Amino acid sequence: MRYTLHVNGRRHNVDVDSDTPLLWVLRDTINLKGTKFGCGIGLCGACTVHLDGAPARACLTAISDVGNKAVTTIEGIGATPIGARLQKAWLDIDVVQCGYCQPGQIMSAAALLANGKTPSDGEIDAVMNGNICRCGTYNRIRIAIKQAAQSDFGTAPNKRKGA
Amino acid sequence: MQDMHLSRTSSAADARPGGASRRDFLKVSAAAGGGLLLSFELPSIANAATGAHATLNAYVRIAPDNTVTITAKNPEIGQGVMTMLPMLIAEELDVDWKQVRIEQALADHRVYGRQVAGGSMATPLEWDPMRQAGAVARAMLVNAAARRWKVKAEDCVTAHGEVTHTASGRKLTYGALAAAAAKLPVPDLGSVKLKDPKDYTIIGHSVPGYESPKLVKGEPLFGIDMVVPGMLYGVFTKCPVFGGSVVRANLDVIRKLPGVRHAFVVEGGSDLAGLMPGVAIVADSWWQAAKAQRQLEVKWDEGATREQSSEGFARQAAALGAKAPAHSLRHDGDAAAALKGAAHVVEASYHYPFLAHAPLEPMNCTAHARGGKVEIWAPTQNPEPGRALVARTLGIDERNVTIHFRRSGGGFGRRLMNDYMVEAAWLSEIARAPVKLVWNRTDDIQHDFYRPAGWHFLKGGLDASGKLIAWQQHFVSFGRNGQIAPSAGMESTIFPAGRVANLSMGYSLIPFGVPTGPLRAPGSNALAFVFQSFLDELAHAAGKDPLAFQIDLLGKDEVLPGRGPGFNTARARGVLEKVREVSGWGGRRLPSRAGAGVAFYYSHLGYFAEVVEVAVAADGQVKVNKVWAVGDIGSQVINPTAADNMVHGAILDGLAEALNQKITIENGHVVESNFDTFSPLLLKQAPPIEVHFIKSNHSPTGLGEPPLPPAIPALCNAIFAATGKRIRTLPIDPAMLKA
Repeated sequence: MRYTLHVNGRRHNVDVDSDTPLLWVLRDTINLKGTKFGCGIGLCGACTVHLDGAPARACLTAISDVGNKAVTTIEGIGATPIGARLQKAWLDIDVVQCGYCQPGQIMSAAALLANGKTPSDGEIDAVMNGNICRCGTYNRIRIAIKQAAQSDFGTAPNKRKGA
Repeated sequence: MQDMHLSRTSSAADARPGGASRRDFLKVSAAAGGGLLLSFELPSIANAATGAHATLNAYVRIAPDNTVTITAKNPEIGQGVMTMLPMLIAEELDVDWKQVRIEQALADHRVYGRQVAGGSMATPLEWDPMRQAGAVARAMLVNAAARRWKVKAEDCVTAHGEVTHTASGRKLTYGALAAAAAKLPVPDLGSVKLKDPKDYTIIGHSVPGYESPKLVKGEPLFGIDMVVPGMLYGVFTKCPVFGGSVVRANLDVIRKLPGVRHAFVVEGGSDLAGLMPGVAIVADSWWQAAKAQRQLEVKWDEGATREQSSEGFARQAAALGAKAPAHSLRHDGDAAAALKGAAHVVEASYHYPFLAHAPLEPMNCTAHARGGKVEIWAPTQNPEPGRALVARTLGIDERNVTIHFRRSGGGFGRRLMNDYMVEAAWLSEIARAPVKLVWNRTDDIQHDFYRPAGWHFLKGGLDASGKLIAWQQHFVSFGRNGQIAPSAGMESTIFPAGRVANLSMGYSLIPFGVPTGPLRAPGSNALAFVFQSFLDELAHAAGKDPLAFQIDLLGKDEVLPGRGPGFNTARARGVLEKVREVSGWGGRRLPSRAGAGVAFYYSHLGYFAEVVEVAVAADGQVKVNKVWAVGDIGSQVINPTAADNMVHGAILDGLAEALNQKITIENGHVVESNFDTFSPLLLKQAPPIEVHFIKSNHSPTGLGEPPLPPAIPALCNAIFAATGKRIRTLPIDPAMLKA
């Protein structure tokens, strides 16, 4: 089946089986490897992307269900102000260990911050609980999200843990 | 092109642990483009004891524009070694970190020596050689400047990648000097002075992960991201019962499915760590291969282990535990007699289950076999055994196997085994095309090398004053004919051994057919739970504060026999005293059903004491409120930001093992299949963690593993403090903690 996808502002024509998950179209057809395969059944969040701005698990989203929705992946989220702030905060806090889950973490965090409000600890825990970090960087993820949510972020002096 | 090769005898290298006298080699040449290329070869510690000389190499390349390129020799699995080892070189080279570029080495032990992500060994093994590599290069650059200016080298100083003649103020960049430096004699290693640690500008300063800027943008660095032109995608289905073989499969059906190029039976062998029997499907896309896999019907010969089960093992363990140990480990004094005469005897049995590793990036490997050679792109922690396995299985020479490291999306010991590597090579060989093999999560959880389950039957005796006078331990583990299964053993030197006058330890083995292997802090991740929980029981039985009880038991400062240089009671006491201080131990009034527990452990050359504070809800759910951790890993914490991160990760890993995880064997196969039944710690479960380090006068050691083991008993001891219920079986069952 032929589909036209809009990914990170670009059009892609692909020819894949209709039940192919968006995850594998992104990774193997369009060659955007940032969206990760972790569990295949929506348990780990490593494959989180945005469809028209809403977070979705690409491993559970069949290509036939994407329709005309705009797909945003980790490769494109940096073009948004929130995405750029999150990526900067992630580096500033030095969140990453192996890094495999982090694209999904950032995509979930970007959806959480999309309404422009600073999330409470409870909101961060509720939204981010679906993204597994096997290395255990959770505390830094919480700090980085809060930092990215600050309106003056980017102008304030950088904080780094453990110095 | 200038090319020099010198052999030197060094005394400086002998300061390293294990330091037998040995030769060091240094090779220097002019790099393409006029820079300095320094390759530095030192024998590995692992081989030093036997007198065999493997080589370790680090490369420093300095370009005319003053860019310094440092080769990272070890595989990166999230432990930060790709950043850490180059930091050691850059420090002694005296360059600014922003000048440094890092390149990942190829897997080649003939050039680089040990290239293993395992055992928390990178720091202790590389601390001296990497710094010396930097210092030698720096000395040659200084000598080049001194010659050019016709001054004494001693009158020149370095900083920020420049040499300065102090008196005249003349300066030259390393880039300007590199070509000349490459033509100079190589200074004697013993004569090259290493920096005073107070002058460090990189070591001990937080350096962010080198690849993190790419990782947060989703750049394709991992094994699973590999692309080779013309590549096909593979899946491999093995018998759910370990060691089972293929009788027949519906290959004719599979071959007709969309995108499927090849479907074939792999006869395989009987080595659980090698190429096992199974059915391969190779397709145009991974999704097509995975879809075809769902329609695969295989008649298996399940083989000899189809009857084995966790329940059956538990029954055998109970029967064995009722008898004397089949094998002796250690006897001090007379434990049986001392128990008879004890004022108080505590008896308990402990059990922990099999565990999987489940790194988030599933097992995968890309291989291209052609013309008797194989090129491999692998996320691996341990490439050389993989190379040997691939060569042996394909019947080719090891020299014809090229292995490229890809970043690993977690390792935790799983990728020390290279079963998936040989599978990829075999699929490529048969498909006559490059193949990327990717396992799904169920493949991963059901075909692991599991942390072995174990049972411990313990008796402890206290005298009337509450002093521990007897310890009797029967460990029931797995193995055959006295041969202990991989990662299923116990050392006889674990504290309180050596501090109890009457102590006996022995073991019995259950024969089995489950593949086992090292999981982060192997041995210790299970044994710390047993030893440190039972000591807590004894402390309570003695009516003493558990932390004070352990400090008393440690006794005078000395080094007892144990792993590496031995168990240093002063360092153990040090971390315990410090965690007492930073956690406010005993000084806080906690609400009902809240409590604090403490534990310490010596593993992988590091000392960690941890205090966990929990609250246990009326329904038995455990909430960890906070963890305090104090570590002693020697005189330097090389990269503080990464160290703090690593301690967090190890502690959360331990909490996951205690709270969430169990692998169950039924009818010979693993019951759990994905993260719903085998869950890493979730964000909601992650407590705040406070990390402290004691800088002690010992050479720095590793950090990937030592913080994990005490987290588990500290948690269980906290639950006892909160509820009066003693956790003797993992994972923790909330049903037994109901109010």
